[in-house]
Amino acid sequence: MRGAFRYLGRNPSLTVGIALLAALGLFVIIGNLLVDTHDSRPLSVPTLRPPSRDFPFGTDRQGRDLLAVMVAGTPLTLRIGFIAGFFGVGLGTVLAFIAAYYRGLVDTMIRGIADIGLTVPGLLVLIIIAVSIKGTLTVSQMALVVASLAWLYPTRTIRAQVLSLRERGYVEVARLSGMSGPGIIFLELMPNLLPYLAATLVSAVSSAILASIALEVLGLGPIDAPTLGMTLYWVNFNAAMINGWWWWWIAPTVIILTVFLGLFFLTVGLDEIANPRLRRSA
Amino acid sequence: MAPLIEAVDVSKRFAGGLGRESTLALAGLSLAIHAEKPSIIAVVGESGSGKTTLAHLLLGLAEPTGGEVRYRGSDLRKLKRDERLAFRRDVQAVFQDPYGVYNPFYRVDHVLATPVRRFRLAASRAQARELIGETLRAVGLRPEEILGRFPHQLSGGQRQRVMVARALLLKPKLIVADEPVSMVDASLRATILSSLRKLTDEHGISILYITHDLATAYQVSDTILVLYRAHVAEAGAVERVVTAPQHPYTQLLISAIPRAHVARDWLVQKDEAGRAPPAVIAAQGCCFADRCPLVTPVCLGASPALYRTEPRRAVACVQFRHHPALPAGDLGKVLAT
Amino acid sequence: MSERVLRVEGLRVGFDHPQGLVQAVDDVSFALSPGERFGLAGESGSGKSTLALSILRMIKAPGRIQAGEVWFAGTRLADLDEEGMRALRLSDIALVPQGSMNSLNPVLRIQQQITDALADHGLRLTRGEEQQRIATLLAAVGLPNSVARMYPHELSGGMKQRACIAIATCLRPKVIIADEPTSALDVVVQRQVMATLALLQRDLAAAVILVGHDMGLMAQFVDRLGVMYAGRLVEVAPIAEIVTRPRHPYTRALIASLPSLERRGALAGIPGLAPVLRDLPGGCAFHPRCTLATDRCRTEKPKLRNIDGAQVACHLA
Repeated sequence: MRGAFRYLGRNPSLTVGIALLAALGLFVIIGNLLVDTHDSRPLSVPTLRPPSRDFPFGTDRQGRDLLAVMVAGTPLTLRIGFIAGFFGVGLGTVLAFIAAYYRGLVDTMIRGIADIGLTVPGLLVLIIIAVSIKGTLTVSQMALVVASLAWLYPTRTIRAQVLSLRERGYVEVARLSGMSGPGIIFLELMPNLLPYLAATLVSAVSSAILASIALEVLGLGPIDAPTLGMTLYWVNFNAAMINGWWWWWIAPTVIILTVFLGLFFLTVGLDEIANPRLRRSA
Repeated sequence: MAPLIEAVDVSKRFAGGLGRESTLALAGLSLAIHAEKPSIIAVVGESGSGKTTLAHLLLGLAEPTGGEVRYRGSDLRKLKRDERLAFRRDVQAVFQDPYGVYNPFYRVDHVLATPVRRFRLAASRAQARELIGETLRAVGLRPEEILGRFPHQLSGGQRQRVMVARALLLKPKLIVADEPVSMVDASLRATILSSLRKLTDEHGISILYITHDLATAYQVSDTILVLYRAHVAEAGAVERVVTAPQHPYTQLLISAIPRAHVARDWLVQKDEAGRAPPAVIAAQGCCFADRCPLVTPVCLGASPALYRTEPRRAVACVQFRHHPALPAGDLGKVLAT
Repeated sequence: MSERVLRVEGLRVGFDHPQGLVQAVDDVSFALSPGERFGLAGESGSGKSTLALSILRMIKAPGRIQAGEVWFAGTRLADLDEEGMRALRLSDIALVPQGSMNSLNPVLRIQQQITDALADHGLRLTRGEEQQRIATLLAAVGLPNSVARMYPHELSGGMKQRACIAIATCLRPKVIIADEPTSALDVVVQRQVMATLALLQRDLAAAVILVGHDMGLMAQFVDRLGVMYAGRLVEVAPIAEIVTRPRHPYTRALIASLPSLERRGALAGIPGLAPVLRDLPGGCAFHPRCTLATDRCRTEKPKLRNIDGAQVACHLA
């Protein structure tokens, strides 16, 4: 355990990333104890109040307590990101291993689909999908929409990593020791890729959150949910900036910034673990 | 009795790319290794001689573009599943790099436990531990110093010996050792090579010792194959080939080894190679013609056959064309102990 | 004592490791005469490569030079600042580092890499002078002029190494340090490269420090040899002395471990493991592997002392 703490000292990015995300986590936990999340729904509290002792984050035009909105909305936004990110990297990993280990026709097909998918502007596809869904979206459906494209980039990058690992001496030795394809993939290659997969996962979560916020800001998200992106949508819809209701857009902006900075530093920190050459010397 | 492993006129050509010629890694080579008479065969050559290609072909890690490699009479490419498993038990390998062959994620136990598990060499955990301990001791290592450690915690020599132990676990009939000591300190090489010699003398395991180091080949092996640019230059009993070399290339190789003597005669000898970038050698003609001090017009015309100059020696040089030519598949006879 | 071109006195180099200081070079002293060929032999963990780098002050953190002096032709290198050292490297003391043939810039032609080295040292030449210089350099290492316009991948291993030597000596240094210049090469090519180095050295009247582990190569090339073990010099003597009468048990064992080409069945090694610098035994670092070790060897570190023409660090010499 002490070794882990000492490592954190040598990896400032990882430490900052973990700290930011932990702070966010604490905010949500403590917030839930201090505030009634039902007040995140419209018509719960007086409208357009600037920050005060009753309403530390102020209230918006539809009568939502903004602190309650932040406390309720942050986990929702993060959930979309995690579901989409995990799905993306999960599917991407499976496809990448199959393509890289077996090569041949399978590899060409998987690579081809991923490459074509990557050339199409992702946001456009998401908008089209979102618009085509009849009725309002739930948060989980939102996650799946984003996930549908989240596997493309991880497939390519993980495939490249596996391709290089595949040539290592220990793979040859494993083959001589009687191991078969799937065995080599899971027992020999996968463990060495875990740090890289972790970094890719965090990066995928980050992109997924960004994509979902983008859709929400355009009004294509789950209208009833108090997510961060939807809050920004209402900020735009009500011209909050022009009207001088500064507390309305400051809160979600700061939280979004914290989320992205935290995930970014976490990625950089994990990247350092994954790539020993980036490690600082003791 | 079909030989354990046999190369029948195998050749390997790597296809060229855009505007590049294809490379001949190994010209037609025939070799037979019999399980009943264990011995150490050295394959000596520089980089590009084809020795590593030969190792990969015999191990089934690459496929020949010409000829075939047979395990107990059957073509390696056509082995059924259980035959393939038997092949893996009988033919093992030790590689050059004692770092890359270890998966950094696992302790070194993993590389020993995997074959035990895959080939069901032990009935229980306890039995497996015993077997592994015994095998480590057989290569001169103390299990308590090795097991439970990560690869980076062991020295290069220890890592390489663990690899020899791994190969030994399956009680193979043949171990292909590709430069097993070139990345190990000079003072530790002897120990590893001695344990290889012990494997042959005490456990009846044949070893194909692939190296560029003629001196260690001389010390540890019984017969030797000298390769030059994908061809066999000279082959035979190691005592004869090294003390009285007949092929000009073998003579060059031996004279090029610096000795720890007071006499300083090493630097002054000349060799014309390396003065110009490697040229594409004409397909016909002796592959050594451009560097040979004894070259004649005959050498440029056709690639020499292997001539049997002694019962246990074959040389591919036109100087000896008055000796009987050796049929392709009979190289094994010259190498038989 | 003739004018020494290079003098190392009491050099100590350590690496700061979280688990303690690793003494890579421990109190090493030797001197080089102009035009002399000095060998530095040792195996892994001996500190020879670290020593070569630290002479040129090229050790990076976490390594640092803790003590000692290096003198080049009367100049104390510690007096020079980084600019001064930069000027000294290549023009006065050249290093052909380990694995340099694989570190040639793959996208530059050989002539470009030579002119880059010249330009780095502020040498401004006209096009014609440059071509002339390159032609002379390549001829000096036995390479045809056509090599100048080639890329590294078009050259064989031996040619690449000779190109590296050409680049390293383009400013006519007085000391050439070659760290394992032939370890990746075959014996025949090795001989060509070493012959080239010998010719070049004579032409430049330069001294050569050959760092390596092949005692046979040392015997055939160097004039004097220093044997290193666990960061210390254990024996320094003229090469003929070392070959005929090695005094330190380690030197004796090293020479004995050279496989003979005359007689079979004579494979000898040194028992035990290579020294782990982080965890050296007390007293003489070699004692766990020495057949003659006494109690004194286990507790007292031997100092390098003169014994008729040679220097040995052994209590029993």
